[in-house]
Amino acid sequence: MAATGQVKNPTATMGWARTGRSSMRSTNMIRAGIFFGMAICWEALSRSGLLFRDVVPSLFSIWASIWKLVSSPVFYANLQVTAWEIFASLAIGSGLGIAVGIILGANRFLGAAYEPYVYYLAPTPRIIFFPVMIMWFGVGVASKIALGALSCFFTVALSTAGGMREVDKVLIRVGRSFRATPWQMATKIYLPAMRAPVLNGIRLGFGTATVTCLLAETKLSNQGLGYMIMQIYARFDMPSLYGLLIIVFIIAGVGNLILGKVTGTSA
Amino acid sequence: MASPSLAQHRAIPIILGASTVIGVFVVLEVLLRIGVVNKYVVPLPSQVLLALERIIVEENIFGRMRETAYEMVVSCVMVIILGVPIGSLLYRWRSLRQAVLDWVAAMAAAPLVLAFPLFLVMFGRSPTTVIVMSVITGLAPIIIKTTEGLLGVRPVLINVGRSLKLTDWQMFHMILLPAALPTIFSGIRLSWTFVLISVVGIEFLINLGGLGQLINDLSERYDLPGTYGAIGFVILVSVAFFMILERVETWLRPAK
Repeated sequence: MAATGQVKNPTATMGWARTGRSSMRSTNMIRAGIFFGMAICWEALSRSGLLFRDVVPSLFSIWASIWKLVSSPVFYANLQVTAWEIFASLAIGSGLGIAVGIILGANRFLGAAYEPYVYYLAPTPRIIFFPVMIMWFGVGVASKIALGALSCFFTVALSTAGGMREVDKVLIRVGRSFRATPWQMATKIYLPAMRAPVLNGIRLGFGTATVTCLLAETKLSNQGLGYMIMQIYARFDMPSLYGLLIIVFIIAGVGNLILGKVTGTSA
Repeated sequence: MASPSLAQHRAIPIILGASTVIGVFVVLEVLLRIGVVNKYVVPLPSQVLLALERIIVEENIFGRMRETAYEMVVSCVMVIILGVPIGSLLYRWRSLRQAVLDWVAAMAAAPLVLAFPLFLVMFGRSPTTVIVMSVITGLAPIIIKTTEGLLGVRPVLINVGRSLKLTDWQMFHMILLPAALPTIFSGIRLSWTFVLISVVGIEFLINLGGLGQLINDLSERYDLPGTYGAIGFVILVSVAFFMILERVETWLRPAK
């Protein structure tokens, strides 16, 4: 019936599509307007002399600095260090988070006993644990990985525990009625059913691990993008500081977007 | 007869959780005393407890808390003053909402706090840097939740307002805002959480102000019990803050 309705009234469908297209066009026009408006205001402010020249550098000098940064091998060496820290902290934090989340989600008693601690520790400022991590793991990459893993752990654990509790009881009963072994229950019922919340937790964990690793690098490090930001800040090279921050935001955004596509969620 | 048993059922896991935490500290104390764990890396839990008194008396913790609280209050108020009107504007203008809301969501996920050196250049090593950075960090959730809350107002309420020929302003403050308040408060809770993380984090990073600076100072002096004690204190303050926010949110929820 629905199909017949669509055939009977094709103009309505076309009209709807046209409205959608025109709405999309107006959205893009507003976006372009805001973007160019801001760029013009920025450039005008930069050239006006109202502020110190370096505080609001010209967009052209920022663009030139971005180009210079992405052409420099030093940038890639630091990017590699930061990428490794984020990857390792995500792997460790997610692994532990999933394990703890499964335990807390599967056992209501243990969940009631320990989950409040995970829940209330999750939103505390993780960077304050950095001195402890330095004492435990030294000033090198390991302390950043440990801190990143710690911040990632809470998000993934809470998301996994929540996902575990929301697994459809019917699926569990079906598994039991087929006399599935614990391994089969885990691989055929629980893990596929929990895929979305676990992956979503990992995506959120990626965000917190990225911020934490980069902030830790700004505090005490001799390599990585956070270290590079502080080096540029110490030189008072404002166009490069803006340029590097833009690059870091783009990298974080792309990483988040890719994980969002994988998990089927958006930022 | 049913209620004491229910209370017991609820109490047992709480007791288990608390005993586990105490048990971990006792085991750690023993391991440190017999030399299995290095005392120069992890201090004795008993020393950390004793250090709390020293932190309160010698390090002027309440003065530092006042500084952090001042930055927090200013940032939190600013976040509401800016976030709720921006969210309302996005609700009012559909085209603008469609164009900008994705950007706001991307802003919520971006590592904005990393831009603190930029604000150090603009405002110097001052509380203004901490406040501006924290406001920017906390703005996105409140904008998104305000828009979401206003969009979720039941049409029947809006129709009642229209039938009473309310003006736009009356419609907003008598119907839309009260109906959207529980969702807006969820945004406020999220934003204030971001603000707290940002305020303490930036204080620690730039070694300025209240509780964040205290941790940095103590760790630079290699005062291990003091550092652990100060971290524990900040955790307690954060947890108390989140619990209060949650209570207020729960209290507001029935109004939905």
